[in-house]
Amino acid sequence: MKNKRHPGLFAIPYVLWIAFFVILPILLIVWYSFTNTNQHLTLQNYHTFFANGTFLRMSLNSFWYAFLITLATLLISYPAAYFLTKLKKQQFWLLLIILPTWINLLLKAYAFIGILGRQGLVNQFLQLFGLGPVNMLFTNFGFLLVATYIEIPFMILPIYNAIVAIDPALIQASEDLGASKWQTFRFVLWPLSRAGVESGIQAIFIPSLSLFMLTRLIGGNRVITLGTAIEEYFMTTMNWNMGATIGVILIVMMILVMLLTGNKPAHGRRMHHE
Amino acid sequence: MKRLMIAVGAILLACLTLWGASLKLTESSVASGGKRLIIYNWGDYIDPALIKKFEKKTGYQVIYQTFDSNEAMYTKINQGGTAYDLTIPSDYMVTKMRRGKLLRPLALQRIPNRKYLGHDFLHKSFDVKNAYSLPYFWGTLGIVYNDRLVKPGSIKTWDDLWQRRFRHNILLVDSARDMIGMSLASMHYSMNTTNALQLHLAKAKLDQLGPNIKAIISDELKMYMIQNEAAVGVTWSGEAAEMLSNNRHLHYVLPKPYSNLWFDNFVIPKTAKNLAGAYAFINFMLNPKNAAQNAAYVGYASPVQAAWQHLPQAVRRDRSFYPTQKMVKKLMVFKDLPPKMVQKYNDLFLEFKMYAR
Repeated sequence: MKNKRHPGLFAIPYVLWIAFFVILPILLIVWYSFTNTNQHLTLQNYHTFFANGTFLRMSLNSFWYAFLITLATLLISYPAAYFLTKLKKQQFWLLLIILPTWINLLLKAYAFIGILGRQGLVNQFLQLFGLGPVNMLFTNFGFLLVATYIEIPFMILPIYNAIVAIDPALIQASEDLGASKWQTFRFVLWPLSRAGVESGIQAIFIPSLSLFMLTRLIGGNRVITLGTAIEEYFMTTMNWNMGATIGVILIVMMILVMLLTGNKPAHGRRMHHE
Repeated sequence: MKRLMIAVGAILLACLTLWGASLKLTESSVASGGKRLIIYNWGDYIDPALIKKFEKKTGYQVIYQTFDSNEAMYTKINQGGTAYDLTIPSDYMVTKMRRGKLLRPLALQRIPNRKYLGHDFLHKSFDVKNAYSLPYFWGTLGIVYNDRLVKPGSIKTWDDLWQRRFRHNILLVDSARDMIGMSLASMHYSMNTTNALQLHLAKAKLDQLGPNIKAIISDELKMYMIQNEAAVGVTWSGEAAEMLSNNRHLHYVLPKPYSNLWFDNFVIPKTAKNLAGAYAFINFMLNPKNAAQNAAYVGYASPVQAAWQHLPQAVRRDRSFYPTQKMVKKLMVFKDLPPKMVQKYNDLFLEFKMYAR
């Protein structure tokens, strides 16, 4: 086994890939964020961000909406994933859940415009019962609805995988030993499926922080997140440095979320060692 | 080990081939030689039949590429590596590009058809001598309303938008300069103001419009107005023309006291390789018959005054799309503001969008 002597060789393509397409771009963003339009080093961009109430409010907004989207998806997805594991043709149902992700996001957004609009399907249905047109487009509710719909598959899949991996004997044992349904869920099912929930949360919360297309198409720019600001700084005012600063702050926020949600087992292990 | 070497070799080979191919591609698009003309224009902003006609007439092969914002176009040309022979920036962007030394002065004697251009559309503040640009289309910022939801003739001024009856029924176009400009115009301030107090007053007034606003969007505005989603929309004249042709309940108003007059203009960037072709194309498009055909297709107003007689009378007589000379004189062209001011306009607008309730 000659390969054993050069295990590093296999890594070369991946290392190159990571260096050029992950590390370098992030370094570039960080560099931009610490310079001004004349390429002088400065902290001004960060000062602007933290001294300006608008940006802080926008960050809070982003966090709040990302939180709501994640919460709504979790509440819908966890039971769905659980019942999925009880079904007979699981692969078929899974396929149905994955199917919408094959359709382009923009198309889905436009489809929702048709559904939620003043003369859309929902309002036509309501009018059958004599209910006047309800305004759903360009509302917070509409925005949350569409964002949740789009994210659901990304939450169901990891949770389903986690629950499927649980040995059914454990659940049976819990029930046999007299645990109530709630206790079984709380002390057996939930801890064992937690890894799936965590990766689902990461997969949804983090991209939701910087949504900007949906905020305009469905939210009508009445929901403003940091993504909107980044788009504006790069595309309209051409102040790439400030845009990069917001980008860096988003990255930091995302790292915080990762730290808060992930790696619980590792903590446990470390405790044993110490 | 051998397999690994083969794999690495294959990756390297693939990279090399792709690199070579991309090099070859850029080379062929850069070295456009004599017979190719690369035009960089806004999307859906020319009658494709005219390109065919031009190709047939002159033998040039036209490569037509599109952009969706002045800024995107500026960035691309500024970064180099492109070989556009002709592009169409808006008024303030002409100034910005000229300052950035991205434009080539026009040899006006090579464009004899410029004589067909109306005098009102030449010598504007962004290029007083027309040394770098000639107008392609012009238009205004105005109000579209739906006569099923708004009494015709009841909207005359910008201030009318602030009435309570439009609660949650107005769509605005997502453009800082235009929306702050609208608020400024409604208070009789200059739409090019750099006065901090006036800007803040304009933003405060825009904030009061908040409850009336249904959404602040861009291209989708057209679709929503056609689908009767809102009673009123603030948008550009050419967009309005397209809406009107799709929904007969829609009407366009040029509000008082005044509004923005904008121009999109032919310019030849420094990167141009095929000058003869670029001049031939400008000349071709300024031919009154071609200009009329283009205006009929695109829906914006043509600065080629001699072309107007070729337009249907209903279009030519429509004072909201072809305002009288007196009205045009009142309209205000955007100036290129220093980056700090542009930022200020955009920051105020972003703040307005955040708190608009």
